[in-house]
Amino acid sequence: MEPSEHLFRQESGRIVAALSRIFGLDNLALAEDVTQDVFCRALEVWKLRGVPHNPPAWLMKAARNRAIDVLRRERTARNLVPELGRLLNSEWTMVATVNDLFGAETIKDDQLRMMFSCCDRSLSEDAQVALTLRLQCGFTTAEIAGAFLSKNASIEKRIERGKKVLANSKRLFDFGDAELPARLSAVHRTLYLMFNEGYHGASREMPVRAELCNEAMRLAALLLENARVATPATHALCALMYLHAARLPARVDANGNLVPLARQDRALWNRTLIARGNELLDRSASGSELSEYHVEAAIASLHSGAATDDDTDWDRLLWLYDILIRIRPSPVIALNRAIAVAQRDGPESGIAAIGAIPASDQLASYPFLPAALGELELRAGRVERARNHFEAAAALARSPMERRFLELRVEAARGEPQR
Amino acid sequence: MSEYVFLYRGGGRPESPAEGEKVMQKWIAWMQDLETNGHLKDRGQPLEGEGKVVRGKQRSITDGPYAESKDIVGGYTLIEAKDLVQAAELAGGCPIFDREGLVEVRPVMKM
Repeated sequence: MEPSEHLFRQESGRIVAALSRIFGLDNLALAEDVTQDVFCRALEVWKLRGVPHNPPAWLMKAARNRAIDVLRRERTARNLVPELGRLLNSEWTMVATVNDLFGAETIKDDQLRMMFSCCDRSLSEDAQVALTLRLQCGFTTAEIAGAFLSKNASIEKRIERGKKVLANSKRLFDFGDAELPARLSAVHRTLYLMFNEGYHGASREMPVRAELCNEAMRLAALLLENARVATPATHALCALMYLHAARLPARVDANGNLVPLARQDRALWNRTLIARGNELLDRSASGSELSEYHVEAAIASLHSGAATDDDTDWDRLLWLYDILIRIRPSPVIALNRAIAVAQRDGPESGIAAIGAIPASDQLASYPFLPAALGELELRAGRVERARNHFEAAAALARSPMERRFLELRVEAARGEPQR
Repeated sequence: MSEYVFLYRGGGRPESPAEGEKVMQKWIAWMQDLETNGHLKDRGQPLEGEGKVVRGKQRSITDGPYAESKDIVGGYTLIEAKDLVQAAELAGGCPIFDREGLVEVRPVMKM
């Protein structure tokens, strides 16, 4: 069997969770070191001996053996988890206890609890995302910094601070805790941010970002497996991710250039993911709760059901945007709504709607505000104004791919042939 | 056909598991190639980086095997090849060279 390309991403989260349950959350660094070591050794063995039939089982067994070694060596030197201390301190019960803790169901539970531990409200949203990527997905500091265009040092600081907060609680988050609903919202938000960052930034220059989407989807699917946290909002969040992921193959053309939704080749959209997304969206409607994820998923579903951009039900889309803005007022959402207004009522109405966006100064450095104005001016036949807007947008580009896309729009507004 | 031992020296540890997976994939492809072409006699074993060296009439024991990590043998494989020239050629496909390691090719002594 070929190992999955993301074997480490998948398994490191499980191993770190199991080990930190055994060593205690205040010994996270030890759990991480052991995990890293298990994996490096696995690769050394596999590269000569070949990959075993069941790589995850092989890794788990190796991790369990290493945990036992570490306990024999360090149990007198460290304060281990009080709840397990007695069982782990006695040679009679230690091996059996560790074996139990490496049971498949226990690990699944620990991994979920770790996800909730990472979303502690005393941490910023950015820190929660960074900590999740480190502890649940095995991202290195450099990989996280690369994905978020940050400096290694600032990511390292964020993670270290996060680990200190986790160490204070010593134990993994308990699902019996009254804080569960609030924590679940924070987990949703973290996975949503992870997915979004990946979705909008994935490109040939930054392949690591596509992994953010995969990882967010993988972790969200774990929430679906546990009845206590598989709420309507969890279903809606998963629906949203599937429906957006379905469009990924059409987001970038053969030359690596960004393709906006209206011009995407809809034949490239992944029908299986769309069907799965719609199914999850149906199931998300089981309660009375209407989250922002419900509305965003409904918007994505509406786009995915339209055969062409012109076939989009703009009335319904605007209705959905109005609900979304009520739930989560945001100038970016208002901008998307204004673009939908333009599609329905023409460019002049769209320009007016953009002008009426409240708190639009928050979008001062957002390239797609001037880019949208450029599109609408172009459609209204005012080429000169369109070009000025596109030039302003290109100057704000946050990635090479965005810059290339916006420079092509500048050329389009010059009347030069489009590449 | 004669037998040769490939001794893998150095090559370092990967920076991240993601990178390690890529390196491993290359090794697996290379090994697969050797096997398909009938050159792989025994896949061999990877070796721990640590060890002891026992030397001299005194049997003095020191931590080993070498002070220089680039010289440490990290594993071995038993190969079948027509002659030393072909064996060396086969060794040239080893991914260890991407990571500044080397392959020592040694003929197994014949009876």
